[in-house]
Amino acid sequence: MLSYCLPPWKGFQSVSGTIFFQQLINGMSLGSLYGLVAIGYTMVYGILRLINFAHGDLLMFAAYAAIYCVTLFSLPWTLSFPVAILMTGLMGIVLDRTAYKPLRNAPRISLLISAIGASFLLENLALVVLGGVPKAFPRPDVFDQVIELWGLRIQVLTIYTPVVTLALLAGLLFIVYKTKAGKAMRAASKDFETTRLMGINLDRIIALTFLLGSSLAAAGGIMWAMKYPQVNPFMGVFPGLKAFIAAVLGGIGNIVGAVIGGFLLGLGEILIVALLPELAQYRDAFAFVILILVLLFRPTGIMGEPLTDKV
Amino acid sequence: MPGASLFGGWRLMERTRRNALLNLLALLALAYALYLFDRYGTDYQVRILNNMAIFITLAVSYNLINGVCGILHLGPNAFVAIGAYTSALLTMSPMEKQMNYIIEPLMWPFSVLNAPFLVALIAGGLLAAFFAFLISFPVFRVRGDYLAIVTLGFGEVVRVICNAFQSVTNGPLGLKGLALHSNLWWTWGVAVVTITAVSKLVQSSYGRAMKAIREDEIAARAMGIDPFKHLLMAFLISAFFSGVAGGLLAHLIRTISPTLFTFFLTFNLLIMIVVGGLGSTTGAVIGAALFAWGGEALRIVEQPVQVAGLKIPGIPGMRMVVFSLILMVVIIFARHGIMGRHEFSWDWLFHKVRFGAARD
Repeated sequence: MLSYCLPPWKGFQSVSGTIFFQQLINGMSLGSLYGLVAIGYTMVYGILRLINFAHGDLLMFAAYAAIYCVTLFSLPWTLSFPVAILMTGLMGIVLDRTAYKPLRNAPRISLLISAIGASFLLENLALVVLGGVPKAFPRPDVFDQVIELWGLRIQVLTIYTPVVTLALLAGLLFIVYKTKAGKAMRAASKDFETTRLMGINLDRIIALTFLLGSSLAAAGGIMWAMKYPQVNPFMGVFPGLKAFIAAVLGGIGNIVGAVIGGFLLGLGEILIVALLPELAQYRDAFAFVILILVLLFRPTGIMGEPLTDKV
Repeated sequence: MPGASLFGGWRLMERTRRNALLNLLALLALAYALYLFDRYGTDYQVRILNNMAIFITLAVSYNLINGVCGILHLGPNAFVAIGAYTSALLTMSPMEKQMNYIIEPLMWPFSVLNAPFLVALIAGGLLAAFFAFLISFPVFRVRGDYLAIVTLGFGEVVRVICNAFQSVTNGPLGLKGLALHSNLWWTWGVAVVTITAVSKLVQSSYGRAMKAIREDEIAARAMGIDPFKHLLMAFLISAFFSGVAGGLLAHLIRTISPTLFTFFLTFNLLIMIVVGGLGSTTGAVIGAALFAWGGEALRIVEQPVQVAGLKIPGIPGMRMVVFSLILMVVIIFARHGIMGRHEFSWDWLFHKVRFGAARD
């Protein structure tokens, strides 16, 4: 462990071109997962101005739901994954109705505390009901194959993840920018009260937001569980926190920004570890350092619009 | 009506003198109770009382930021960790240090430093306050949810450093075999000092400025209050007492490791101050005392119970479910907690007694 004393450029010597590209692809794959989860944060924040602390735990919920669909009801994965995603989406609505809706007119600090409480409740309920022993995730064989590409050995899942993310992003952008409900969502994020005056049922719009955001988190959670096939009640905590940082990095409230932020964060994390292996232990701290830097120098993120204080 | 004229006719000076006397009497009563427990109490009772005092110190200092300034700070666990590690490194003898650091030797200045307990506690508090000063610039640039996440991130960074920076913190192994310095006198002494200092601060003009910032920052600034200055002041004082409490905790349980200082600790503190009433020092004390006592009482739910001939096995982790539920129920249905923003004072007590008597 004397490597701390080495000058930082020493680490570069061991990295060849192939390994670099391998890590680049790994980083994209991880980043797209962060991006998927970050979309949910950014959508909820855009409308309610609330960090949904329990968002990461929905990821855990989705992974368990998928496991039980496959093992308990022996559904094929093509059916059980969509079922798990739908269940998580509904869970998101339940979460909003129980933990956040009673506090719509309360001070912001109460809402945040309620979100933290909901997050701990979900985690510990899972611990009590499902047990703390990590469960193996039944990864379908389709994603297990390894392909050779330009001399690189890449797991198919690593390729699928960014592709699925971009496809889901396209679908979401269609809903938000081309449908009537999407227009209402954008209006609500601009001005909550005026949108209500325009005769829009905000409860329905908020429910739709939670449904979409939670479903995307579920898709991210299932892919996360396939990537790291150990499912436990606290698996959502770190992906959740990092996805939130990705959302801030991309500019909170901006859907495309969330995905870009996710890609950048995932790439940065993997590349830092690949280029400077002696910093590997500090990997979990990297995201928070990025967050502090973003808030210091560009608090609105990459794609965000400047915020002004409302008096 | 002799009672009314007696109390109503008292001038301010006399009332102040009466309150000082009552404070002294209350302190003496506390000291006597502690003496009794110290002498005749079981180990279990003494441990709960020690925990209670440390929780009170932590909750009161945490409430200064979250309740009085109205800022959701989620990183007190970092300050507790800094205080605990600093004081532990200062009180351990060079021999003990050598025995602890097997994987990697302790860095130079720390390997020879040694200090008595009181100095170690204060050093722990000061270092925690120094780190608070360092992060205050990025932290107070933002408000609300962003501030919550930045401070939470700071807590995580400190935990990661505790795990990774082995030549100072001994990594995941932690530090073992610390001397048992903390006893009822130390823990309750610090708790009393913290309560006194924080309530004096809250009653001063600085405290009123902090409350003004909580209510409306823009209006406060328009009245000439510098938010950064006041928030920084509260933040440093809060970090100092959290660090001291960390030192007490380290020398009470005698083994520290990074797992002790996770977000979980912050969550527990949050429950205490929310249940007690955000913004009330009295509430923080009540919340912490309830938590220390309730945490033990709730062990029942994790133990196997016999109900009508049926044996229900204990469920580990059930306590946390109950705690999370309590937090959510309080914040949704009884947002003001036990005390709201009210404080206990002798004047209030006498007022109650007088009006209670007048009704008879």
